[in-house]
Amino acid sequence: METVIHSLPVLLLGAVKTLQITTISVFIGCILGLAAGLARLSQRRILRFLATCYVDFIRGTPLLVQVVIVYFGIPQVLREIQSYLVNAYGITPFFKNIPVFLAAVIACSLNSGAYVAEIFRAGIQSIDKGQMEAARSLGMTHGQAMRYVILPQAFKRVIPPLGNEFIALLKDTSVLSVIGFEELFRRGQLIVGATYQAFQIYLTVAFIYLVMVIAFSRLVDYLERRLKTGD
Amino acid sequence: MIEVKNLCKRFGRLEVLRGINCYVAPREVVVIIGPSGSGKSTFLRCLNFLERPTSGEVIIDGVSLTDPKTDLNKVRQEVGMVFQRFNLFPHKTALENIILAPMKVRGLSRKQAEEIAYSLLAKVGLSDKAHAYPDQLSGGQQQRVAIARALAMRPKVMLFDEPTSALDPEMVGEVLAVMKDLAKEGMTMVVVTHEMGFAREVGDRVLFMDEGRILEEGPPGEVFGNPQNERLRAFLSRVLKV
Repeated sequence: METVIHSLPVLLLGAVKTLQITTISVFIGCILGLAAGLARLSQRRILRFLATCYVDFIRGTPLLVQVVIVYFGIPQVLREIQSYLVNAYGITPFFKNIPVFLAAVIACSLNSGAYVAEIFRAGIQSIDKGQMEAARSLGMTHGQAMRYVILPQAFKRVIPPLGNEFIALLKDTSVLSVIGFEELFRRGQLIVGATYQAFQIYLTVAFIYLVMVIAFSRLVDYLERRLKTGD
Repeated sequence: MIEVKNLCKRFGRLEVLRGINCYVAPREVVVIIGPSGSGKSTFLRCLNFLERPTSGEVIIDGVSLTDPKTDLNKVRQEVGMVFQRFNLFPHKTALENIILAPMKVRGLSRKQAEEIAYSLLAKVGLSDKAHAYPDQLSGGQQQRVAIARALAMRPKVMLFDEPTSALDPEMVGEVLAVMKDLAKEGMTMVVVTHEMGFAREVGDRVLFMDEGRILEEGPPGEVFGNPQNERLRAFLSRVLKV
């Protein structure tokens, strides 16, 4: 018990990092996801194809693998390019590694973007076809109809699933421990390594995740109720 | 005003329109009747290219819609459309529904657009509902707002796709009254409807469609009083009996 109390501040700081990385990633993921979701519904074949590749690749591979590709794989390629440039043009080497925080943001944002893309796509497709037709019949372009008629309605419907995506990613950020990003779970691991109190510490870690998830799902429920009445 | 030449539309293997030719003069009210599945709505939706015809030509006010150089958005600004299921924008009030396109498409200021909107709301008898959302309005009220929304673009032609079919019976009258006024003011109108009374009273010309063709056309008196086509007679006896 004493160990738990002593390690609580460290774990809570980890929880803050977990929340940070999740918030940043879902935010960037929303921007990526809106772009990819619209691209998947585009008239242009090439856009549709690229967006489908992105979404399928991310959703078809584990986040853990994506994280190690970004942190270990990509820098290796960059270093090889660099050493070629050093030999060929005599530039001084400057790149060694991606900072772990940046790697975490890139991997989680790309991951989140693919799931958010599907959320947006479904949200847009759930809007009655008559809305687009009415807008077009008034002389609006496809873009105007999207912007003023379809998207404002889709955004409302998308908020609850976006909340769920946030919760899912919040838990999944624990895989960032493999690249040494000191979020909640990684800090738990480190404390266990020093104290051998696996049961108490991991249970505490689980409990902190649980509290965060419950708080957020309540918030999502609340938003959902409010949006229903405002419809 | 509208000229249609040999219009065909096919959905996969289903031929919905099989060569339609017709002409709508300025200020004319043309009513299209026919059994369901006869292609009336598809025909109407081809007139503003919401549905792209498989072949044939549509010319509106001298502009061919089939011409790849034609800006369809420009043409649609001149062609208002009213839908069976209203299709009002649910996230906007009646007023906002009406001013959206004039502001974003025509580039009017909010003040100018609202002026038009208020006068149109008065015209359809809904001045007091300007700030109501669609789900706070009855079906008949929603359809009248939808008519005002289309009129706010100052179109040269109005298309009505079964505008009263989704309404409770007691609300049909209020919508038809608005349409009647519009016809009296000289608006060019093409109306798909099952309201035979309206067709007879307001229509300058009635087209009877079945299986993707226009089988008979003429002034309402003739079409209803002295139908030549066998299928038109059968159709009329079915709809007028009830």
